[in-house]
Amino acid sequence: MKPLKLGLLLLATSVSFSTYAYAESAEEKGLRISTEAKQKDLGWNDSQAEMEMLLKNQHGETSVRQMRIKSMEQENDGDKSLTIFDSPHDVKGTAFLSFSHPTSNDEQWLYLPALKRVKRISSRNKSGSFMGSEFSFEDLTSFEIEKYDYKYIKDEEFNNLDCYVVEQYPRDKYSGYKRRIVWIDKAELRTQKTDFYDRKDSLLKTLTFSDYKKYLDKFWRASKLEMINHQSGKSTLLTWKNYRFQEGLDEADFNKNALKRAR
Amino acid sequence: MKKLITLSAASCLVAGFFNSVTANEFEVRGNIEFQARYFTEDPLFSTQEDSYLSVAAAPEFFWSWNDGKDSLEFVPSARVDQHDDERTHMDIRELGWIHVGDSWESRIGVRRVFWGVTEFQHLVDIINQSDSVEDVDNEDKLGQPMVNLSLVQDWGIVDLFLMPYFRERTFAGAEGRPGLPFINSDYVVYESNDEQNHNDWAIRWAQSIGDYEIALSWFDGTGREPILIPHPELITIPEQPVLVPYYQQISQLGFELQANIEDILWKLEVIHNENNLENYWAMQGGFEYSFYGINDSNADLGWLVEYGYDDRGENGGSNFQNDLFLGARLALNDVDSTELLAGLSYDLDYESTSLLVEASRRFGNNFKLSLDVRMFEVDDVADSMYLFRNDDHIQLTAQYYY
Repeated sequence: MKPLKLGLLLLATSVSFSTYAYAESAEEKGLRISTEAKQKDLGWNDSQAEMEMLLKNQHGETSVRQMRIKSMEQENDGDKSLTIFDSPHDVKGTAFLSFSHPTSNDEQWLYLPALKRVKRISSRNKSGSFMGSEFSFEDLTSFEIEKYDYKYIKDEEFNNLDCYVVEQYPRDKYSGYKRRIVWIDKAELRTQKTDFYDRKDSLLKTLTFSDYKKYLDKFWRASKLEMINHQSGKSTLLTWKNYRFQEGLDEADFNKNALKRAR
Repeated sequence: MKKLITLSAASCLVAGFFNSVTANEFEVRGNIEFQARYFTEDPLFSTQEDSYLSVAAAPEFFWSWNDGKDSLEFVPSARVDQHDDERTHMDIRELGWIHVGDSWESRIGVRRVFWGVTEFQHLVDIINQSDSVEDVDNEDKLGQPMVNLSLVQDWGIVDLFLMPYFRERTFAGAEGRPGLPFINSDYVVYESNDEQNHNDWAIRWAQSIGDYEIALSWFDGTGREPILIPHPELITIPEQPVLVPYYQQISQLGFELQANIEDILWKLEVIHNENNLENYWAMQGGFEYSFYGINDSNADLGWLVEYGYDDRGENGGSNFQNDLFLGARLALNDVDSTELLAGLSYDLDYESTSLLVEASRRFGNNFKLSLDVRMFEVDDVADSMYLFRNDDHIQLTAQYYY
């Protein structure tokens, strides 16, 4: 008796939603958009750039962090990156090596020049603040498809751009977020805005991307990223400068010896 | 050839902006510090004082050429102490030439090298001698002359060291505090007839395997840890013989393991030391656990628990023969990088405690202020720490970075 009822119910459902019978589900659409955006950005091989962070607290006081970042694409794996800190001066020479992995734990090492020490640090520190900024470590690691579940929400205009709005749910239980909502422009599949919801599902931060520039006639990079923390009133303005691609970085630029040598 | 041209063209292009990989690069940085120490109790020794002022500087000069494949680093360091002549000293921390090959690197000259994973004690770390006059925690190291070849393989990084010259440990002078005035480091006794010119060598293999960091090392040569022996003739304080450092020949096997399992970092260091007096093994191990973003703030709080064991026991040469360590590190992650670190070591044999509290924050972009408090609670006369029972102190350090 029971199977029959269920069968009828299924029939009824498929009839009433027949208009969507050949369309993809919201989950599939969300995944497709995110995958297409990721695919579109493959093939840059290696990049180098300078980054400046302007930290602003609730009283309007500011502080600057400067660093240089080298990155390298990996075949069928997350990116490798090396970050070298230039300011504030007491952390000058500190360097951070990160191997991002889509499914297994990321690997991260920190080099402390005063002690000449390379420290393997916990990749569980995803939600921790990066250099006192409103960016957490997970906000700065490379985007990998496998790290999230997806759901397409709607189309919406943002900054005069026609955008897909997609929800992304982190799979990692150590993520500081329950979900992110991402605005991706339809024309170039660039992320324009991200809303971050904390573990209690209240809006924590908003990140907006601006001043997109195209490199090697193919790869779009935002020059300005502004992160606003709605709960603390603090913000961080991140500015990228001097992006350079495909200058022949190789594996040897991303090992522990390179980390110790980083200046 | 084409690759070469593209490469040099690229580096020319970059030269104007990027101050790292460019040819013929020169860079200076460093810091100057002012330090005040105040001891809260009367000294045990009449030669010691209650307060000490000192200034120190450590500039770093860096040159690189050949597209960064060759570089030279020069880091002299100097301190002038108000009272202690031994703490007033200079050292060359680094004066070395690094050449980077395809899968190898040579580093020749005076250098500092760190080995290890634990926080409260560094058993495996043996390449450099401690500059003990800088701070009692022995974290400061003297530059070590060496030839170091580093080979990068898929199965790990192998480092070979040849060290032709030995650096003697620094000790506080008669006026220095904390310090033991009856140690006279002007007299040094060596087991080897080669004395300071003994050729030491070492090899270390280190590899990251998933969530594990593993390293194995072997050192052969003059042990960095001195044994204090009575000098046959010298006596300064009535009935207290003068102690002088004695450096043994040793072979030391070192093992390091760090495992990042879930959100706990497990750390272990084990050494086996072979020498002509008493072979021994020792270990330091424990874990680190951190809370990120406590109370919805940016602050991180980390807990550290470690245990140290040395099989020579209470009468052996180690202060950490059966000791428990507890630490807490609070980082506010504010714009000034305010940090608070508290560390406690408890000797399970002697029931003595030593406590360290370090607070630091940045002022502006160039200044950093640190306040350290060190306290010793020792009641057992047999405990070597008993001689520091009156040396509780507060230390204020102001550093200017450029």
